[in-house]
Amino acid sequence: MKSQGFDRRDFLKTAVVGGAAAASATTTIATPDAAHAEQPAQTPPAAAEPAGYAFLNLDEAAFVEALVDHMIPADEISPKGTDLGVNIYIDRALAGGWGKGDRLYMQGPWKLGTPSQGYQLPLTPAQLYRAGIAATNMHCRKTYGNTFDRITAEQRREVLTGLSTGKIAFDTGLPVRVFWTTLYQTVVEGMYSDPIYGGNRNKAGWAIIGFPGAIAVHRDHVAQYRGKPFPNKPVGIADMS
Amino acid sequence: MATRLPEVDVVIVGLGWTGGILAKELTESGLKVVALERGAMRTPENDYALPNIRDELRYVVRHDLMQNTARDTITVRNNPQMDALPMRRLGSFLPGEVVGGSAVHWSGHTWRWTDMEFKVRSQYEERYGKKFIPDDMTIQDWGISYAELEPYYDKFERTAAVSGKAGNIKGALQQGGNPFEAPRERDYPLPPLTPILASEMFADAARNAGYHPFPRPSANASEPYTNPDGSKFGGCQYCGYCQRFGCEANAKGSPHITVIPIAMSRPNFELRTNSWVTKVLKDSDGKRVTGVTYTNVLNGDEFEQPASIVLLCAYAINNVHLMLLSGIGAPYDPVAQKGIIGKNYCYQTGASATLFFDGKYFNPFMNAGGSNSTIDDFNTNWAFDRAPLEFVGGYNVSGGFNTSLPIGYRPVPSGTPLWGSEWKRATAKWYQAAMVINASGSVMANRYNCYDLDPTYRNAFGQPLMRMTFDYQANEHKMGIHAAQTINNIAKSMNPTKLNQATARTTPWTVVPYQSTHNTGGTIMGTNPRESAVNKYLQSWDCHNLFVVGANVFPHNSSYNPTGPVGALAYWTADAIKNRYLKNPGPLVQA
Repeated sequence: MKSQGFDRRDFLKTAVVGGAAAASATTTIATPDAAHAEQPAQTPPAAAEPAGYAFLNLDEAAFVEALVDHMIPADEISPKGTDLGVNIYIDRALAGGWGKGDRLYMQGPWKLGTPSQGYQLPLTPAQLYRAGIAATNMHCRKTYGNTFDRITAEQRREVLTGLSTGKIAFDTGLPVRVFWTTLYQTVVEGMYSDPIYGGNRNKAGWAIIGFPGAIAVHRDHVAQYRGKPFPNKPVGIADMS
Repeated sequence: MATRLPEVDVVIVGLGWTGGILAKELTESGLKVVALERGAMRTPENDYALPNIRDELRYVVRHDLMQNTARDTITVRNNPQMDALPMRRLGSFLPGEVVGGSAVHWSGHTWRWTDMEFKVRSQYEERYGKKFIPDDMTIQDWGISYAELEPYYDKFERTAAVSGKAGNIKGALQQGGNPFEAPRERDYPLPPLTPILASEMFADAARNAGYHPFPRPSANASEPYTNPDGSKFGGCQYCGYCQRFGCEANAKGSPHITVIPIAMSRPNFELRTNSWVTKVLKDSDGKRVTGVTYTNVLNGDEFEQPASIVLLCAYAINNVHLMLLSGIGAPYDPVAQKGIIGKNYCYQTGASATLFFDGKYFNPFMNAGGSNSTIDDFNTNWAFDRAPLEFVGGYNVSGGFNTSLPIGYRPVPSGTPLWGSEWKRATAKWYQAAMVINASGSVMANRYNCYDLDPTYRNAFGQPLMRMTFDYQANEHKMGIHAAQTINNIAKSMNPTKLNQATARTTPWTVVPYQSTHNTGGTIMGTNPRESAVNKYLQSWDCHNLFVVGANVFPHNSSYNPTGPVGALAYWTADAIKNRYLKNPGPLVQA
């Protein structure tokens, strides 16, 4: 919980305003865990690579980190969302082709239509995410006096419930359910996609459910393990490359 | 200005199952054949290889092998009163866009559709009277019989390495097979797949309820296999990555490992990939077609490819789109009920339940595309009396798994929170301890369910998008309610710890989420040009040297996956062209 005190975002903003500490800022990004006081129930090995952000700005990074740690708390089942790299997955997805609207038909005219007609916004996923985070933070400031990353866990739960049930309406006109659907889908993708995409770090997402990953062949297993637990540790694409 | 190329005997538009079969068969007759495929070449060695093919995000979520909707899509609406809007990304169905087409990423379910479909109107009228069929239900007989198609089903099953168990050989019922199938001359080329726990438990429950479970016939080779053309298959690895993936084991019956390489080995065949056909060209008298125009999507160059015979073998939706764009046949008008091209678009319906068994291990990651057990008691079974239920058609019910990967499949009991520790605990507890029972139901044609050209939206080539108007009717709602009851009764008899019950689809059809890539109709087959676009040989009534091959010729949709009759009809059409049309080019059926 970073609701009090001076966090990384404050530091970076000050640094930028001060115009002095670009090198220090880089160092700080490279070791985000240093600022975290509480120990998760499961402490994962440190990430092999320092992970900066390619798309998310400071406010958005704070929002996404708070979001994934709220939705995926550290407990006996798994490390927390940021330790799974779900924030990194989301950042990379938004910075990449999907986020930029790859394969999305983007010609007008634009109408919202009915739910049966699917996605109809004139926004790429990255634009939707950006607008949705800003609108959610606006709602949080109005309701709780602070942004999503600086409100209490109970308040966060209230916000996510409001987003998921459509009880919150954004002042900007952005359809809340469309934002929520995208938000939720990306969190799930960050937990369960192959680790080559930045999430599911150490295959800890797959370990939650006993999914063996990219395992090659089950021809001999299908009868042998019928009705029995399959013992293999998860294997990712990188492990087999 | 398009560059005019030298004339060839045959031009094939789209190289999936149908284009591949026709390319192989017609090059055998010595014809010079050119295939134009909008997608790129991909190979099992390079593209469907381990470990990169095991990537749910890339292939399932991001649709790597599918049509790119940024370039061409359709518009959708539920009824003619609505404004149609573009399907801006794929969802409900997934046309392939690659050499091999949708047959690269299919699951392999291969059914023989029977006279219950081919003679649907006459058989329902005979049993239940003319009034049983609602006025707006525009079903019709297909003009073909099961007996005519039987040898071609057999040929396709052997080409595609279908594993299964016959239920009826020449009228003699076979233990363990589907007793409701139509008589076949011989068994499947390969024995059934190894059953999994979920399919066994479903089969036991169905049998206890008095139904007749059988292993789903699937083009997943249960053993290493060499087909009659010499194409080699590996045995299925039960890898759990079947639907939406190319097969790294060459165990899934697909054209890119069978008919296409055979055609490509012949000097009289040429494949041009990245070639997007924009129009079929008509002769000045309108009685023949002269070829097609296409764009090389790598540089935008336009070409005219003249040909003596044109075969439309693209995905079903795109075949109909090309007919409308080319002005061949009269476009269908659902209000005036005039015209034919675009008529009788159909889809499928369904229902499913999730059963949770505390302590069981279903290993949902360990299965083939066809790892399930199925019952046809409510489908191809006339003893199932539709009279009191007042619906036409049927549904099959199955239990098992197919491609249950964790981004998309993480079953939890209803009421579980959407996030947080409780959600994670439920996900962890139930992922391996849940199974699904699923029904797939037919959709009968309706006068308002159709295609035409969209008045507003255009594709990357400046052409109008196809507009799809579709919704389920009362007939499908009634069937869905019955199917949900059947599923729930079977599910409850299995005493699951928890059960997410099946519910019927009675809300408007929606373009998300994924349902099935089983879009049918639009250029329907029949006995005369007033009621159909093509004759029983899939030959255009308007232009005799144009054949339109695919599920777009089905006058309605059954509960079964369509690829069995699609493949059989491709062989049937190839036969008609080779043995009859070439000798005497002209209409194969007199109007």
